[in-house]
Amino acid sequence: MSQINRIAGGLIDRQKTLEFQFDGKTYQGHPGDTLASALLANGVRLMGRSFKYHRPRGPLTAGSEEPNAIVALRAGARQEPNARATVAELYDGLTARSQNHIGRLSFDLLAVNDLLSPFFAAGFYYKTFMWPKAFWEKLYEPIIRRAAGLGSLSGQPDPDLYDKGFLHCDLLIIGAGPAGLAAALTAGRSGADVILADEDFVLGGRLNSETYRLDEATGADWARAAVAELASLPNVRLMARTTVLGAFDHGIYGALERVADHLPSPAAGTPRQILWRIYTKRSLLCAGAIERPIAFENNDRPGIMLGSALRSYANRWGAAVGQEVAIFTNNDEGHSTARDLLAKGLRIAAVIDSRADAPKSTAYEVLAGAVVTNTAGRLGLRSVTVGLPNGQSRRIDCQALGVSGGWNPNVHLTCHQRGRPSWDAGLAAFVPGANLPMGMSVAGAAMGQMSTTAALASGAAAAVACLADLGVSASLPKLPATEDSPLRLTPLFHVPGKGRAWLDQQNDVTVKDVKLAHQEGYISVEHLKRYTTLGMATDQGKTSNIGGLAVMAEMTGKSIPETGTTMFRPPYTPVSIAAFAGRASGVDFRPTRLTPSHHWAAEQGAVFVEVGMWLRAQWFPRAGETTWRQSVDREVLATRKSVGICDVTTLGKIDVQGTDAAEFLNRIYANAFGKLGVGKVRYGLMLREDGIAMDDGTTARLAEDHFVTTTTTANAVGVYRHLEFCRQCLWPDLDVQIISTTEAWAQYSIAGPNARKLLEKIVDPAFDISNAAFPYMGCGEITVCGGLRARLFRISFSGELAFELAVPTRYGDALMRRLVEDGREYDATVYGTEALGVMRIEKGHAAGNELNGTSTALNLGMGGMVSKKKDAIGSTLSEREGLNQPDALRLVGFRPVDPQHNFAAGSHLIGKDAEANAANDQGYLTSVAFSPSLGHSIGLGYLKNGAARTGEILRAVNPVQNAETLVEVVSAHFIDPEGERLRA
Amino acid sequence: MHSLAALTPLGGPLPKTEKIGTLTISEITNCALASVTLRRGKDQAFAVAAETLFATALPAPGVWQQAGVYGLIWMGPDQWFIEAPFASHEDIAQILKAGLGDSASVTEQTDGWVRFDVQGARVVDLLERLCPAPSRRMQTGAATRTLLEHMGCLVICRETAQHFSLLAPRSYAKSLAHALTAAARSIG
Repeated sequence: MSQINRIAGGLIDRQKTLEFQFDGKTYQGHPGDTLASALLANGVRLMGRSFKYHRPRGPLTAGSEEPNAIVALRAGARQEPNARATVAELYDGLTARSQNHIGRLSFDLLAVNDLLSPFFAAGFYYKTFMWPKAFWEKLYEPIIRRAAGLGSLSGQPDPDLYDKGFLHCDLLIIGAGPAGLAAALTAGRSGADVILADEDFVLGGRLNSETYRLDEATGADWARAAVAELASLPNVRLMARTTVLGAFDHGIYGALERVADHLPSPAAGTPRQILWRIYTKRSLLCAGAIERPIAFENNDRPGIMLGSALRSYANRWGAAVGQEVAIFTNNDEGHSTARDLLAKGLRIAAVIDSRADAPKSTAYEVLAGAVVTNTAGRLGLRSVTVGLPNGQSRRIDCQALGVSGGWNPNVHLTCHQRGRPSWDAGLAAFVPGANLPMGMSVAGAAMGQMSTTAALASGAAAAVACLADLGVSASLPKLPATEDSPLRLTPLFHVPGKGRAWLDQQNDVTVKDVKLAHQEGYISVEHLKRYTTLGMATDQGKTSNIGGLAVMAEMTGKSIPETGTTMFRPPYTPVSIAAFAGRASGVDFRPTRLTPSHHWAAEQGAVFVEVGMWLRAQWFPRAGETTWRQSVDREVLATRKSVGICDVTTLGKIDVQGTDAAEFLNRIYANAFGKLGVGKVRYGLMLREDGIAMDDGTTARLAEDHFVTTTTTANAVGVYRHLEFCRQCLWPDLDVQIISTTEAWAQYSIAGPNARKLLEKIVDPAFDISNAAFPYMGCGEITVCGGLRARLFRISFSGELAFELAVPTRYGDALMRRLVEDGREYDATVYGTEALGVMRIEKGHAAGNELNGTSTALNLGMGGMVSKKKDAIGSTLSEREGLNQPDALRLVGFRPVDPQHNFAAGSHLIGKDAEANAANDQGYLTSVAFSPSLGHSIGLGYLKNGAARTGEILRAVNPVQNAETLVEVVSAHFIDPEGERLRA
Repeated sequence: MHSLAALTPLGGPLPKTEKIGTLTISEITNCALASVTLRRGKDQAFAVAAETLFATALPAPGVWQQAGVYGLIWMGPDQWFIEAPFASHEDIAQILKAGLGDSASVTEQTDGWVRFDVQGARVVDLLERLCPAPSRRMQTGAATRTLLEHMGCLVICRETAQHFSLLAPRSYAKSLAHALTAAARSIG
């Protein structure tokens, strides 16, 4: 079939022909076409099936507000469901399929729903599928989802890239119709930073769809000239194919630019779409208006569309919907449609004007005071039935019906911050209210300025006013003389009748459904929406909300403004989730932090684990090791036998300086820091204000006024933030300066009986690190490897003689290699976070599992650390009675009564013979590991009055895995309980 | 001279440079860095010492300023980052502390950060894909802390619309390089 409904004119390039497929059939169109315009030009009116009743549907509109012509675009991984054919730009090779039918589009098996429609009224699902309850998930829902619903995803990963971006401007103009272009010319010529964004691929809005002139120029030519001037101004950014989708806080707007949706695929490395965040000083909404339909029986047949859409298809795209056209209107605009289509050589069957005082015409028949009462044509309109004022009816043959029920200003973005529109009785429509988002003004049809002359003037005047606010002086441009006719509208929202008259074609909501909702008490607009689904789904009721409101108002006897409006929320049109994700997908979901020894560890085949954003080596498998346990056990045993090395750079390091640094730390930590000597390290426990343990770590005093505090890896940022808050807000009178140095130093733990021997090969001879000169909890600034500045701390969390050595990060890789090389004679072993964890559990050292946001110093067995001689954050509230009961949880150790048995962290502790229930809960296990040193599993856990229960036998109950193990309460310090090893 | 070889933040022996289209993205490692923070109540002494050391007053908020070998960058209330050539100022913290004495706290930051310089006529187009800072409006000398693909960064305009430095915590080097090269390809 060639383009049988292609007519003359339009903004399409007839020199080029594009081939595309719809439902497997090949058609032809031209550059400038949308999928909908090209299909109409090919005589295809049927483009989909409706959501609930599977009624045949064609486009209702020619824009982004389209409820009906919803298709699956493209194929394979790029398949995009629920795309609007009315805004899908045609390209060579485009493929599209109709949705929501079983079998052929023209013979949908699920159309049986339409015959069963009496059973599917509003609330049908709520009323019907209540019993039996168990059937809902397994039976009812899958069936309903199969029958209802729109398109489906391909199930394959999206092959395209999506970017995010950030723009700044003085004035964002939303919409490039007559008002937007006039505003942009005004603002652009003033030199202000202007962004002009429009969802269409051709700027100009309705100017491209109408036939009136601006001075001598056609609308399209005038728009093209305006755009050319704007493009020449360096201070103006033109953004076509860009939908401003939401007005957010502080003048920030979200916008989606469809960079490559009009191409078969994006160029390599470039994005399909960009989600822009636009920071504005002022914004001017020139979003135009959307024509609204009139509801009447069977008003949803393919071929019935808005009058403005008929004009757009004819004037902009050179496409007729049918050769014989009827018009149904309640205002003068229906007559403009008739004149335009006549000029295109189409036959006007009649203009059915609901107004008794309808204008007369010699060129076409006008049926004044008449309404359309019904239509016929199963897969496309064949005729309409007209109710005449004398009570008779008349059938009129036509393939297209243009419906003009007035215009709704596009107030959507004006309401994104809870603003409510106001009712304009003259227009019988909502216009922007007084409460607009910060910095927003509105002009043109969006403000209710319906004529082109008024739109141009209001756009220019609003731009001048916006810029005046910013101290920029702009002058009004000379505007062309053009159309300035009044709308002359007599409100008519629906034609009374017995059959189904569709208000919301996307959700199959009829006038009857709204009446039923009213009858059942769902009078509030919000309830009406949820009960009937009016205004939901991809079009968000752009063509239906006001009609629904009007019917509800009629039922309740209230006015439309009294009945209210539903909320408008972003996004204005649907946005793919991928655009919100941007580049944050797959391995790039978030940035990754690499340790200084990462490259070395990767060379060793280390297995890495995510710790926050860090990648840390978890263990280092060696040849012959088949399970992680073999690697971890080896690393632990080798460290305890001789020496092990571990990258601990990820622990937070905070440089604390100033004459009051010691006092600052004294207030931060529950234990005392004031008297810590220079060259000494102290373990510190910081509490939250409520007395619960917040974080722990060591603090080294490098000088009287200089400390380095370490935090746990997980809390590095939180502790730093806490310290900044304390410094700036709680004690601004203290002389203390803090800054993170976490990444500036590569830090390695060297632990084990031979740790000192290994270090003596690295540390320059000038520095004595013998036990006498550099005892446990000593620190100092030293040099290593022939003069490199370094820091050495004698601290241990493993129960071994241990040091931490820090060098500037760039030398971290070389230091790791040197330690491994020099450690060869001691069988030095590099260990990962698993072995680190095993050794700290063997030593009974609390870590994140124990500092779990509910534990106190007392619970941790560190109650004595909370100094009573000074005030520190949390020390007062740690004395709360409830936290100091005799049976308070205490951290103790556990071992299985039978060494062959294992148990799991998270298990609850229950008396040997007690029933396993919450009432008998004695505590829980926080950390469990297999101790290669002891040859059996060990655990740390919180037990009520645990310190006094050594030797008691309990059950570690794990209801999740339905397991339990007999355990004995022991000291938490399995290894080196007296500390001789670490002080060696 | 010690015997440990340095690695760049990207993990190579030498800094990397990548050209994509007209843009050049360079890993910069020849720059030493330290933070300088005014100590409480030492405003007068600090101002005098800083002016002696740098031959100029420290810059106002949002500003980077080159003063002889030193680059001076405002980082926060009463806090600045000082850049200097690594070859001559590897011990930058000691040098600055010697000059500022008790009027300031000085902390070595050289290896705390990775720095990439992006140069070329489309550098602003690239930055607009990554970072909310108003890079198109930033003039030579503008410096701001901002987010770049979830990473806290320092953005310095070395030359209006031509040359920017981006500093992020060193461990993010690979992710930041990936973000920059991806954006450079993205703008085509």
